[in-house]
Amino acid sequence: MTAVAAEGVWKFFGDYPALRDVKLGAEQGACLALIGRNGAGKTTLLRIIGGFSKAARGQVRILGCDPRETETRRRVGWIGHGISVYDELSAFENLSLFGRLYNLPNPRKTAMEWLERTGLERAKDGLVREFSRGMRQRLAVARAFLHQPSVLLLDEPFTALDDRAIAVLQRLLQDALVAGRTVVMSTHQLREALELATHVALLNRGKIAFHGERTPEMVADPGWVYAHYGEG
Amino acid sequence: MDFIRQVLVITRKDLRAELRTKEAINASLAFALVILVLFSFAFDPTADQTREMSGGLLWIVFAFAGTLVLNRSFARELPNDCLDALVAAPISGGALFLGKALANFVLVMAVELVSLPVFGIFYNVHWTSRFWSLLLVLALGTWGLTVIGTIFSALTVNIRLRELMAPLLVYPMLIPALMSAMQLSMDLIAGKPLGGENEIWLRLLVAFDVIFTALSLLLLETVLVG
Repeated sequence: MTAVAAEGVWKFFGDYPALRDVKLGAEQGACLALIGRNGAGKTTLLRIIGGFSKAARGQVRILGCDPRETETRRRVGWIGHGISVYDELSAFENLSLFGRLYNLPNPRKTAMEWLERTGLERAKDGLVREFSRGMRQRLAVARAFLHQPSVLLLDEPFTALDDRAIAVLQRLLQDALVAGRTVVMSTHQLREALELATHVALLNRGKIAFHGERTPEMVADPGWVYAHYGEG
Repeated sequence: MDFIRQVLVITRKDLRAELRTKEAINASLAFALVILVLFSFAFDPTADQTREMSGGLLWIVFAFAGTLVLNRSFARELPNDCLDALVAAPISGGALFLGKALANFVLVMAVELVSLPVFGIFYNVHWTSRFWSLLLVLALGTWGLTVIGTIFSALTVNIRLRELMAPLLVYPMLIPALMSAMQLSMDLIAGKPLGGENEIWLRLLVAFDVIFTALSLLLLETVLVG
């Protein structure tokens, strides 16, 4: 079953076409690495798939439904450029809050479990504003995975992560893929992304230049896709 | 039930965050008290004149002080891109709006309830003769202010000059509610009861609250996502 599908998606900023007739799909259990130069339209596409903004033309479906439907949103996890947790709340309060918003059966227990999984249990009552950058990133990862989403949309998830946070995220993503969840991530960190990816899509000036399975050549040389399908 | 639970989760989160930083409420309270005290030194009205201007003075102070709280409502979601997490969460725009509006209502009412005794002392006005009716008018007027302030806070959240734009949009929209609240407050402070000749203002205030609450509940999703 197709977990994420974009069909003929266009998006304009003023007159400038940021996305041009984008067609993209990710099957259930796949990990799609969305790559491209700065300004290629990766974030714009991910935000449309996530339901944060609307396409001018075309259609996006997640698990066969509109991304803005409440039930769809319950099944999607998101990590964007920001960590999306509140500085004025503690780590535990943040995760409990999102547990309640996602209507989890026991939000406090789930919050504690995720604090332990991300190595933040000893800092659970500390305010996020007092956290180091790495701790904040791990909390953001816990927030995105808290409700066991079927589809994970990750925008530059490895950017600015410390080694420990990268290890935590990679382990969680591997577990998610083993469990049959779908991951779509935009990234510049080709090495980390291609280790996990089952499929690759290259965006070039708003158009899909390549979309297919990840091959051993790509893992051996992360610049391979750019060299063969990009602008060079 | 889910809707009410989500509303309360958002309200509690906003109140907790505000009470930890006290950014908006301190600024709002300080502004209200300073204006009330400064005006009391600037003018020396008679008791009758004070009663006549009481409604206008109070509601202008409340509207300006309230904007300081309301401006922050969605702006506090911008650091760390928290607004994305709320938009991605499976809650309706209506629940998000109502949760934020309730938190704002509590904060603005708190500022007003602290300002009222200060007003009474510095202007030598006995404002408690119709206390419960005045409280009702305060609540209705504050809800109108809160609803408009919250929806325009969402509308202007991504504008760089939002601190300027939000009040420019909010005040003209508030004219019917402010006029009603001013007139009713003036009558109540003067000792007149609710009803009779001022009933039309009460009806106008209730209608304003109902119409704009309904519109905001419907429109927030569109305002945030497009």
